[in-house]
Amino acid sequence: MKNLQSIKTIKLLALLFISSLTIVSCSSDDDGDDHDHEEELITTVTYELTNGTDIVTLEFQDVDGDGSALPTYTISGPLMANTIYTGEIELLNETEDPAEDITEEVEEEGDEHEFFITSSISDIVVTKTDVDEDGNPIGITSTLETGDAATGTLTIILKHEPTKPNDGTSEGAGGSTDVEVTFDIEVQ
Amino acid sequence: MKQFIIGLALAFTCFSYSQDCTFTFLGELSDFHDGTLISSATIYIKEIDKYVVSDFDGKFKIENLCNGTITLTISHVGCETKTVSFLIENDMFKKIYLEHHLEELNEVTVNSNLKTESTSVERSINKSVIDNYSDKSLGDALNTISGVSSLNTGNTIVKPMIHGLHSSRLLIINNNVRQFDQDWGDEHAPNIDLNSSNRIEVIKGANTLRYGSDAIGGLILIRPKKYIAIDSLFGSSIVALNSNGRGGIVNSELVKTYESGYYGKIQASYKQFGDFKAPDYYLTNSGLKNLNGSFNFGYNSFEKGFDAYYSLVHNELAILKSSHIGNVNDLVNAINSDEPIVADDFSYDIDYPRQDILHHLAKIEAYKRFKGLGKLTLQYDLQINRRKEFDLRRGDLADTPVIDLRLFTNTFQPNLRIDYFSNLKIDTGILLRFQQNDAISGTGTSALIPDYEKYDGGLYAIGSYNLNDTSEISAGVRYDYTNINSEGRNDEADWKGTFNNLSTNVSYVKQFNNNLSFNVNYGLASRVPNPSELFSNGLHHGAARFETGSLDLNKEIAHKFIASLERNNENFGFSISPYYNYINDYIQLIPTGITTTVRGAFPVWEYNQVNAQIFGVDLDINKKISQKITYNGSISLLQGDNKTDKIALINMPATNFYNSISYKNEDLNQLTLSLNHKTVLQQKRYPDYNFYTYNATLQEDVYVDISSTPSSYSLFSFNSSIELKAFKKGNLKLEFNVENIFNTSYRDYLNRLRYYADELGRNFNLKIKINY
Repeated sequence: MKNLQSIKTIKLLALLFISSLTIVSCSSDDDGDDHDHEEELITTVTYELTNGTDIVTLEFQDVDGDGSALPTYTISGPLMANTIYTGEIELLNETEDPAEDITEEVEEEGDEHEFFITSSISDIVVTKTDVDEDGNPIGITSTLETGDAATGTLTIILKHEPTKPNDGTSEGAGGSTDVEVTFDIEVQ
Repeated sequence: MKQFIIGLALAFTCFSYSQDCTFTFLGELSDFHDGTLISSATIYIKEIDKYVVSDFDGKFKIENLCNGTITLTISHVGCETKTVSFLIENDMFKKIYLEHHLEELNEVTVNSNLKTESTSVERSINKSVIDNYSDKSLGDALNTISGVSSLNTGNTIVKPMIHGLHSSRLLIINNNVRQFDQDWGDEHAPNIDLNSSNRIEVIKGANTLRYGSDAIGGLILIRPKKYIAIDSLFGSSIVALNSNGRGGIVNSELVKTYESGYYGKIQASYKQFGDFKAPDYYLTNSGLKNLNGSFNFGYNSFEKGFDAYYSLVHNELAILKSSHIGNVNDLVNAINSDEPIVADDFSYDIDYPRQDILHHLAKIEAYKRFKGLGKLTLQYDLQINRRKEFDLRRGDLADTPVIDLRLFTNTFQPNLRIDYFSNLKIDTGILLRFQQNDAISGTGTSALIPDYEKYDGGLYAIGSYNLNDTSEISAGVRYDYTNINSEGRNDEADWKGTFNNLSTNVSYVKQFNNNLSFNVNYGLASRVPNPSELFSNGLHHGAARFETGSLDLNKEIAHKFIASLERNNENFGFSISPYYNYINDYIQLIPTGITTTVRGAFPVWEYNQVNAQIFGVDLDINKKISQKITYNGSISLLQGDNKTDKIALINMPATNFYNSISYKNEDLNQLTLSLNHKTVLQQKRYPDYNFYTYNATLQEDVYVDISSTPSSYSLFSFNSSIELKAFKKGNLKLEFNVENIFNTSYRDYLNRLRYYADELGRNFNLKIKINY
């Protein structure tokens, strides 16, 4: 009788093992394609500067995201000296069709985001013209005032969860960097 | 005269209830293993309250038995007392086997110095130490053992490390089940509730082939308690409160045992902490919540038994807010800033980044002993691990995990222990394992680890031979087959890999007079690359690095030599154990270049293989200074070399030493006071992987110092406890402890968050334990 019990236990163990294999084999891949696309990827950063009919666009594009292809930088032309431009930033995820406008998400969560636009040309002054619900700047829209002719770089940084308000620098704001792109620009 | 009266009374009783009290029972006692006849055993016959003794031939005779059941309780020096019943309807002859080995019995004694493998180099911590760490993690508790350190992510994710090796190079055997909880990541700590265990053993050699062939670093065995077969109901509860983190734990367990050998245990614990505090600031988002439960039941006797066990661990761990960074410039800012970028007021909130892990473990085990052969054990176990990691995200994805993986593992492993021969013991068995990883869809990211299926088959034999009374030699061999079928990442082709592993070990132990023993052991272990080493490909946000696995990795092969000279004595004991580990094709993750993304620059870290050696020595001393005062000390020295590139290995523990002086007065409610000190020296040997990166806002290259190591530090702590006889059947233990007495600010090389914040400051801890 007692022997019978231990045989039963052994049988039960074997049964459990086999059935679990079957269950798992059946359930394997029940969620089909696991290759979720990167939904929050930013592939494209555009900074459009307008002064009347003079429109200058700076575009960064990296369509495969973190993949191996190198990003491209497109600058439509030089900026005019001693001119005030109105600027607007657009962020897109072009891996989706139609392309997803990430700028809207940033605007909705304005209190958790802030752009920092800086240039190596010291004459250039950028002023953020939009504000979040607490009255702190976001930087989707801005004005950019050029000085004398020069060449240099312009860097756009988007911080997620920075300290707001802050000292106006990306270092001082902390948070994590969602965007950091640098363009070579010319003022003439 | 008295006996005569009793005998008369018995005879009278017999006559009055039965007409037929003329049967004779003849018994023969022999040893279960070798059949040796057992003389001079005492046999108590319950029904007639009478004793008989077995003769030289192991025989005994009971006459004048009536129709009915007789119950015999047989006891003999050096044997387990055995109770058997027989139905008497005729004259009867029965062979009865007794267990002459004490080994099984010893397992129920707590606090012994018994080893799992007598020939291995082993250290253990017992229940009282485990209770001291009830509100901490497994890694913290093991850190008290020389040669064991931990790789931390903040203060809640603590991975044990033996002789500089961690993760899939250590086998963690929880309740005889090899723990599979996605241990491949540096920031994936073992999901084990310390409170459900009774004893934890660390085997520093690469032996114990029974559990696997890939224990390059060693093994951690977490053992439950074995219960004595008596009718009893008992339990205990612990409540611990801490000033740092303003949290603690409640743990309760209840055990029921029966004389028949059946037992059952139920245990549950809940732990919660808010933000911990470094000496100068709160570590914003460093709390945790932890709910665990386990139960087991079973039946234990010498000949057969079973055990069924289930445990659930649910961990919610917050990860330091300041450690969530976007790119290399953020990392530089963090390294250059003395204080974390975010240091808010205290809060219990668990915000992003955080981990949410659920681990189920179920096991059923049964054994039976066969006469003249040994013990056959069958075990089936099943584990499901679900890991979700949440990062800071935008929009609708804010509450969606970036990583969501489910790992299913199940294993069937029969083991046969042949103990028929008096000097030779053989363990042999097979292992069949199936594992499946499922990258749950819906995360909105490409999976860190793709879906894969893994099949393992293993075969082993280990023999231990007693050369004489004082020395033993043990040798074993194991073969493992592994097959991995994985889906390709990002539309790449599917991948298949097959590995064959051979491992072996030889060890020798010799006992001398004066409690002195000498051990030497060699182990050959090989390890198949883990999923993260094979498949990783992508941005590791928290670490600000781009990690790339490689499908071309070979298996790691390690040769570990370890020796140990020990003196196990209460008045003056010591242990010196030097070791040398040579690892062929050691897999490491190191920075190799820089890549540019929309977030800016990131260093690329790649897995590569080098030949490595790790060697060192662990030294432990205990000395009784007076009747009430004891000194304990230990020191661990270690060096790790990358032989291929002729540089130091990354993430190797620095020299550390420990001193403790304790006072114990047994007459004064077991009053114990102890003062402990621990020093960790600065790691001066480290590989320099620092690099420069262009900072666009500063318009210059900046130096990224990711390699330099933090300075040496010393910590002091104080422990005190008393035991009170609070009520009739139980006692009450009160403990008051202070950790980091001087509120020292320090950082540790083996903490992945060392760039961002200091370690914990002073903590006052109060514990109440009730046994009932």
